[in-house]
This record gives sequence, structure tokens and C-alpha cells, in this order.
Amino acid sequence: MAEKVIEVRLKRQLSHDTAPYWETYHVAWRENLNVIALLMELRQNPVTADGTAVTPPAWEAACLEEVCGTCSMIINGKPRQACSALVDSLTWPIELEPFSKFPVVRDLITDRAKMFDHLKDVKAWIPLDGTYDLGSGPRYSQTLALERYKLSECMTCGCCLEACPQYGPQSPFIGPQAVSQVRLFNSHPTGAMEKDARLDVMMQEGGIADCGDAQNCVKVCPKHIPLTESIADVSAQTTVHAFKSLC
Amino acid sequence: MSMKEQRFIVVGGGLAGLMTTIKACEAGMSVDLFSVVPVKRSHSVCAQGGINGAVNTKGEGDSPDVHFDDTIYGGDFLANQPPVKKMCEAAPGIINLMDRMGVPFSRTPEGLLDFRRFGGTKHHRTAFAGASTGQQLLYALDEQVRRFEVDGKVRKFESWEYLGNVTHHGVCAGIVATNIYTHEVRTFQAAAVALATGGPGMVFGKSTNSIINTGAAAAEAYLQGVKYANGEFIQIHPTAIPGEDKLRLMSESARGEGGRVWVPRDGKPWYFLEDMYPAYGNLVPRDIATRAIHKVVYDMQLGVNGQSVVYLDLSHIPAETLRTKLGAILDIYEKFMGDDPTKVPMKVFPAVHYSMGGLWVDYDQMTSMPGLFAVGEVDYSIHGANRLGANSLLSCIYAGMVAGPAMIAWAKGHAQEVPASVFGNAVKLAEARADHVRKMSGPENPFLLGQELGDIMTRNVTVTRYNQKLEQTRTKIQELEERWYRIGIRDQGAWTNQSLHYTRQLFSMIQLARVIMEGALARNESRGAHYKPDYPERNDAEFLKTTIAQSSPISLTTERPFGVAGTVQPQLSYEPVDVSLIKPRARKYDVDKQVS
Repeated sequence: MAEKVIEVRLKRQLSHDTAPYWETYHVAWRENLNVIALLMELRQNPVTADGTAVTPPAWEAACLEEVCGTCSMIINGKPRQACSALVDSLTWPIELEPFSKFPVVRDLITDRAKMFDHLKDVKAWIPLDGTYDLGSGPRYSQTLALERYKLSECMTCGCCLEACPQYGPQSPFIGPQAVSQVRLFNSHPTGAMEKDARLDVMMQEGGIADCGDAQNCVKVCPKHIPLTESIADVSAQTTVHAFKSLC
Repeated sequence: MSMKEQRFIVVGGGLAGLMTTIKACEAGMSVDLFSVVPVKRSHSVCAQGGINGAVNTKGEGDSPDVHFDDTIYGGDFLANQPPVKKMCEAAPGIINLMDRMGVPFSRTPEGLLDFRRFGGTKHHRTAFAGASTGQQLLYALDEQVRRFEVDGKVRKFESWEYLGNVTHHGVCAGIVATNIYTHEVRTFQAAAVALATGGPGMVFGKSTNSIINTGAAAAEAYLQGVKYANGEFIQIHPTAIPGEDKLRLMSESARGEGGRVWVPRDGKPWYFLEDMYPAYGNLVPRDIATRAIHKVVYDMQLGVNGQSVVYLDLSHIPAETLRTKLGAILDIYEKFMGDDPTKVPMKVFPAVHYSMGGLWVDYDQMTSMPGLFAVGEVDYSIHGANRLGANSLLSCIYAGMVAGPAMIAWAKGHAQEVPASVFGNAVKLAEARADHVRKMSGPENPFLLGQELGDIMTRNVTVTRYNQKLEQTRTKIQELEERWYRIGIRDQGAWTNQSLHYTRQLFSMIQLARVIMEGALARNESRGAHYKPDYPERNDAEFLKTTIAQSSPISLTTERPFGVAGTVQPQLSYEPVDVSLIKPRARKYDVDKQVS
């Protein structure tokens, strides 16, 4: 039987201010390959399908278990993590592109630092007095713990922002990940003490009203975080907050 | 320079680095925080099962003293005991602190923290958040550091890689680092520096570690004369999912929640851990479970379908219970293997997981270089010859709590004026190194060399060690080092050139491999994770001592910024272990642990 060959097309760009171009490679099929394993192979042997030696494509990854959010890219048109993209469940040729909503650093690497700034904007933290031993934390139910855990699995990978039609350089919209963090921290007994400050941000330009309800975010979230539920929840909280602010 | 103007440096943004940062900021200091990735993406996210602390909520009579004894016993008496005792005493307070920070720990019907069992103990002592506890703890600390960042106390240098220390009269005065995108090389002055750069998994090629865990930072410090301790103690996790790109951890919590390990024998499941170790069964410590699996697969040829895998079975537990308690790790298995572990047994095999060894530190977390501290997996303290599950997250946070105040206290008494030329020379050497690598034009491929290093280290320096094979490994490491000088760099770009970074890291990884291998060769006994069939017993008379490796003094010049092959030779020496609190006794898991 002839060896099965995987065709990989990769959108390359040497830096943010140079023009992108496509390269095609052939990689021999083996069992259990994921996109990271393909990229590792290309790094060891960077030769295009027509036999031209090229520089190894640049990409970033860390945990390879889909808990760190590093290896985000567009795979066959869909924003996702390269580590959990299994070759056998993708259609071939496999097309790899960098995210389009963030500046390209090189090849598949983009600069997503802006996402962490959004977390600053919404005060995505508990207002802790200090790390001294101040006894146990507030009691709450296992039901709430499970709900908070689900929201807290957000690894700031950016898939939801890449898929969101409202998010991007053209708009001030803060995006679903930050909105969901507002819900996470408002739901904690101590976090709720800064609830109003977070909802103030949600009322401003770029806040919750900018969501266009496309619901793309929830479809691409690799952790299946109920982002549209979070948007509805924070939207309701913001409405109540707005009325209270008027009184 | 007044105390007010002093800055501190933390390299690495996992649990240990972030807690060090928080403690320094709380004391009013400013911190420059360096990391090759945004700190939220650090390797701590991979820890799944939980964090230990004897909160004793289950009426089992657990206490910090029992936790202390379990940890020392689990570590086969190689850890200095005083800091371990302090850590176990601090543990309940640390868990409460993390709960106050908002970590969504699993809870009891009364709304209190829930605890599960882990390997090497009889108590429910492990607090957990779903099955990604490390991720959740890291996020909580990341959030608190972000608060300090907004307040101007923390400056983050993400996408910057540490290249070494700037020293003046042997004292650490700062670091030299490079931006991995722009390749800019800069020095940063500091009143004290903490390395929190994690373990060296990549030295073994594929492991359960994130692929950023090269060990290069620790190796750079070692090359500058900093002591590296107990390098030979590498923990192999018994249950990882074999993969093409990495070996993914299947958490010990799978066994803690009732998972059973078996292979088919005579057409029936053989639960060999339960058979061999009736007292602890599937919850024996990691080194014991790993060797049992190797015995069953390699010596008895009983691997599933003749392959190097055994079953880890959860399918007898109700799916709903599993989803609640182990959801995230079940997802990992299903996501990467395509099978549902609530229905079919998982296929697992041991993999390199954790380094008990690391940079030598005193009880204030300071390395042998004054002013340079080390925290977390990169330091050697706490775990002795084998780490107990769910003690790593605890030891990282604890180390940060010690190091933050200790760095400040040290800096108060050791302010030094450092001439600008010292920093200038450090930049010149680092730039010469970068130039050297860029101009390499030989026939060798750095990524293939790295793979060869990983292969030989995994084959000969992991579960079972023979002196003859260790000597062969030494020869191979020396060969790889010589070939390193003949690498060719295809990518000549001056922007985000990953080949350059990797080639430089590989040099360090080769040196660290040598330290691990030499430590293993010299230790003719079996203790914890270090197992030699030719010396099957622990030998306290000769080896109840800490291995210290120091590099032979080398002077690197801008003409020869990496020296020449064979320049660096590890010098081994030994130091006694402080066993003043618990008298060493035999370590057995087929019967209940005797009370100390």
C-alpha cells in the first residue's frame, strides 16, 4: 500500500509589516498525529512539497493538553487549539493560518496581549486584603463551585474573539471572554464587593451593549464555556445596575 | 541606593514565581517579572489532581505532623526535614488563602472545602478544583499579580528569556535576558533575583511537561557555578497517555477516586497493584507504581495487546460521579484518544514527570550564589528522592511565601554598587553567544540532536538504571555536545528566529543531562525514584546525603562564547541530610506505614 501523505498548507508571514504567502508541505501519515506533531515534524525537516528547503515555520505552544491557551490558530477555517486538532478528524489538505484579529508576530504567532488588558479593565480578581493567614474563605455551595469552575476554565486563548464579528480593530467591544469573567467574579461572595465597578465597565462604550448576538463565541470555545449564558447574565446584571444608578 | 528604589527580579510566572512576586509587592517592593510565555500560560496549569494540606475535615485524625511524616517517608528520607515540616504546617493556611482568592475548590454539602485521597497517604488531604487544580491556583495568583501590575508594582517582561546572571564579586546583581521576538539583549539590575523556571522535562524529549520546560535557565545558573542538587532524582509518573507530540498526564486523582490498574492475564483482569501492595493497592506512590508497571510489561510481557501500555480503569464508577470529580481529565483522554473512559478502560504508561532535584537552596530559598534565589520545581528542597502527589503545588506556593520576604531581608544587608561595565560586559558576552549560534553552518540539525538526547536519556536514565548503560549515556552525551558545535542554522532571520533560541537552549540541556546522568551513576543504591537493580537496597550508611554538582570553572570569552566541547565537567560532592526530626526507617507500601 502506498504511504499515506498529509498535505499541509500554511500561511506564512515573516513579520507584521510584510505580506503573507502560502507554503505547502507533505508529511507522512502516522497514527495519532495532531497539528502540533505535524509542526514538530516540519521544524525538523522544513522542506516544501516541491522540495524547496525553507526556514522552519514559527509557532507557539506550551502545555499541549489544551489548558494553557498558547497554540491558538485557525485550522481549516476554524479558530482552535492546535494541540487538540487531531489529523485524522480534519479534512485534508489541512490549512493553518494565524488569528486575524490580532497583529501577526511571525507565521502562526500572534500578539494577543490585548486580551490580558481586557482582564485589567473588568477587574477580573478578588479584592484580597493580603496573603496573611486570615482564616477560611466564604462558604458557598457545590452548585456554585461547579458553575464558577466552568467559567474559570477560560484560558484566554482568544478563539471566541477571533470568531466574534463585533470584536476587532474596527470596534471597541471588549469581547465575550471578559464579559464571562465579570460573571465569574460577580458570583463570588468577596468578588461581588467590586460588582458595581465591573458593571460600570459593562455600561461603557465597548461594553455589553456592543454584543451583536451572533453566538459564534460559544460555538468555538474549546472549553465549552457557556459564553452566551454569561452575556445574558451580565446583560441582566447591567440593566439592574443601570436602573440603580439612575435612582 | 535606598530600599525604596530597589527592584527585585522574578524569572518565571508559575505558582512559585507569582507567589514570590506577590509577597515582595505586599512588602512594598517593586518586581520585574520575566517569562517566556504570558505568565497565565505557565506549566503550573498542567497540574491536575490537587493540593495537599492537613485540614482534617473528615474526622480521620489528619494533622500537619502526619502530612510531614508521609512526605518524608514518601521521599525516602532524602529531604532536609526542617523546611518540609514548616511547609506542612503552613499547608492548611495556604489552602484557605487560595480559597479566599476565589479558587473554585470542590465543596461539601455544608459548603466547606472537600478533600480527596492521593497516593502515599491514608488520609483525605487533597483539595481540588475540578481536575485542573494547578490551572485554577495559577489563575488566582495571576489575577492578584495583575492587580499589582495595575498599581504599578509589577512590570511584566513576557516573551523575554533569561540568559544568565550578572554578577559582581560573586554576588548576583541582576540578569541578562533576550526578547524572543526582537532578539534584543538587555541587562536588568536587581537587589535580588529569584529563579522560578520549573523543571527540565525537555531534556528527556517527550514527557508530561509543557514544551517550554527546557531546564535551560537552571543550566545557565549551573554553568555560572551555582550548585545543582540531587539531579538524578527524576519522577516518572506511572500513568500518562502515550502521544506523538507529548505524553499527557493522567492524574493520580483517577486512582484516588477509585481507578484500578490492570492487565489481562489468562483471559481475566489482573489487578497487579492490589495484588502486590495490598495495604495501599492502586494508591502506592509513583515510583512504586511505575516499577510495577515496568515489571508487568517488560519482565512478564503482559502489556495490553503486547504493547507498552496497561489499563487504568474507571468504568466501574458511575459516569455522573466521574464527570463531577474528574471531568477535565476525562475530557483530555477523550479529546486526545477518542475513547470515553467512563465506558472503556484507559491505556496508560509511565512518563517523565517531575524533577525532585534542582538548584541547591538554603532554608531561605537562596542558592549558592548570594542574592540568587530559586523557588518551585527548579529548587531541590522538600521532595527528597520522590515527590508525593499534590505536594508540588503546595511546595511551589510555600517556596514563594518564603522567598519573597527572604529576598527583601537579604537585600537590606547587601546593597552593592555595581559598575556599569559589569552590565556592559554581560551584554557583550550574550550578544557574542547569539552571533555564534547564528553563524553556525555545520551539517547537524538542532531539533534532531535534541531528539537524540531525549531518546538516550529516556532509555537509560529513567525508571531502571544500570551503571554500564549510564556510562554509555555519558559517551553519547559527550558525542552530542561535540556535534552541537557542528549545528547548521538555516534560518538567518533576525526576527522571532526560534532555531536560534532552541540551539542555545539545547547547549544548556546537554549540560544538564550530564549532571543528571553523573549523579545517577555515582549513587550506587536504590532510593525513591532512583532504582538500580544491581544495588536494590537503600544504603543510608553511604548515600543518605545530597548530591551536589558544580560545573568546573570555565571562563567564556566573546571569541569563544560557548567554550569548546568537553570544557564543562560536573564536579560531584555530597552534603549530609538533616534527619533531626524523623529517624529514617525502611519504606514499604505492601504493609501499613509504621508510626514514626
